[in-house]
Amino acid sequence: MEVLMLLIPLSVVLVALIAGAFWWSVRSGQFDDLEGPAHRILADDDRAGAAHDVPAGETRDMIEIKPDGEHRR
Amino acid sequence: MGGATSASAAAANKGNRTTMATSSAATFNYKVVRQFTIMTVVWGIVGMLVGVIIAAQLLWPEVLPAVPWLSYGRLRPLHTNAVIFAFGGCALFATSYYVVQRTCHVRLFSDALAAFTFWGWNLVIVLAAVTLPLGITTSKEYAELEWPIDVLITLVWVAYAVVFFGTLVKRRTAHIYVANWFFGAFILTVALLHVVNSAAMPVTFWKSYSAYPGVQDAMVQWWYGHNAVGFFLTAGFLGMMYYFVPKQAGRPVYSYRLSVVHFWALIFTYMWAGPHHLHYTALPDWTQSLGMLFSLILLAPSWGGMINGIMTLSGAWHKLREDPILKFMIVSLSFYGMSTFEGPMMSIKTVNALSHYTDWTIGHVHSGALGWVAFISIGCVYYLVPRMFGKEAMHSTKAVNSHFWIATIGVVLYIASMWIAGVMQGLMWRAVNADGTLTYAFVESVKATYPFYAIRLAGGTLFLAGMVVMAWNVWRTAAGGRATEARIPEPAHA
Repeated sequence: MEVLMLLIPLSVVLVALIAGAFWWSVRSGQFDDLEGPAHRILADDDRAGAAHDVPAGETRDMIEIKPDGEHRR
Repeated sequence: MGGATSASAAAANKGNRTTMATSSAATFNYKVVRQFTIMTVVWGIVGMLVGVIIAAQLLWPEVLPAVPWLSYGRLRPLHTNAVIFAFGGCALFATSYYVVQRTCHVRLFSDALAAFTFWGWNLVIVLAAVTLPLGITTSKEYAELEWPIDVLITLVWVAYAVVFFGTLVKRRTAHIYVANWFFGAFILTVALLHVVNSAAMPVTFWKSYSAYPGVQDAMVQWWYGHNAVGFFLTAGFLGMMYYFVPKQAGRPVYSYRLSVVHFWALIFTYMWAGPHHLHYTALPDWTQSLGMLFSLILLAPSWGGMINGIMTLSGAWHKLREDPILKFMIVSLSFYGMSTFEGPMMSIKTVNALSHYTDWTIGHVHSGALGWVAFISIGCVYYLVPRMFGKEAMHSTKAVNSHFWIATIGVVLYIASMWIAGVMQGLMWRAVNADGTLTYAFVESVKATYPFYAIRLAGGTLFLAGMVVMAWNVWRTAAGGRATEARIPEPAHA
């Protein structure tokens, strides 16, 4: 089963990457609030008409948005 | 009206707004979501039609003209590729592009790359539909496509990863919603699985040999094959579940904490379930046992996720009465629970000794593929189509309800007949007389299976009929609406 020499190290590398992602997500505060995110997707009203829909291909108004930094941690 | 609202909102907040965005940044990219949603319906019908045809071939072997490219052996991989990668794949593209935009409050990272993934993926599907009936195949299950198509898949997948993760990086919310974690894991893992399993030496443009010999190849193939089930057909669709079930129910997921635990537990433990496909083969015994062990462990995170999804409706069960879209979603979760219980049980070596090579496996696969994957995808299509065409609801909610019942009866007929057929085959094959000779010839088990093939064909036909009802409903909804884009709302503050 020489192929396990490829598959097992591959799994180990993958687990290390997953652990890295987990470490980053904990450290960067992804899981500080485990209630709010569940409610926030419901606050985003995506019903047709509710979100000021525009027909595809028509000229759209210019709107202003905040720079990224203000919403980021 | 929309313009006036945004203009006054802009004026009211003039003080703290600092940058101007151009029109393309001000709306979500609904175009690519709309395209993939429509193709989900189209490929669903094509793939399931081929499934019904091969089910009929098992009942009446000469139902189609006796030409090689319409033979069962060539149409069967066409069916599996069409339903998994064309129907399921388009549903995953559509929903992941929708969810990542709506939860991150930004437009997709690149419209051009997103369009490339749409046209590239559909080209892959068309090439599959041409090459497989022609007999051009690597003969690796669920990875039959020859190397030039594999190269194209790789390019499309890299573009998909760039679009998805690029969108995550430029998000305007601090938190990454759990559905995106599932979609992200699915995209990365499928890339790895595809590249490792498809490694091959081309000899001509349409012929290659696998990089791995004999049992090594079998091990790599099922390492790929089962993880394709785990990440293509599970992680991605769990991403759908964690966004669309709460949205359709209008309630937050039962436990966000559990959803996070579900994600990390699933991806840390999934990778090594594959050897259960190779019980009692030339694969070393310890590798088989390892595969069985990991398969059993998987029951815990799977059921955690299933309970989390279903309990989202806790306290609002009445919504199931009037909302057929929610019915699709909640029933999909019960099938997810059933098949993730059945799977680990079938991976136990003594159970597998009975079930392997029988139609029980086919029943198990379709409990997951029709009951879980197709039901949740159908629910998401019904969620997305009105929003993509500026309508408040589907053209006919009654038709959605009819579709639900037609499809449910279809699935139940399909899996119940295959369970009975499978257990019967397993028992007949192992039955021995007192003198040690076999009680039944193989052909006797084929004959005994015949009525169950007829029931399976009826179940599959019903499921396909439900898809046709959906296609009509989608067509009428689209015809009565207009292709729509939505403005990007400000993220809600924590």
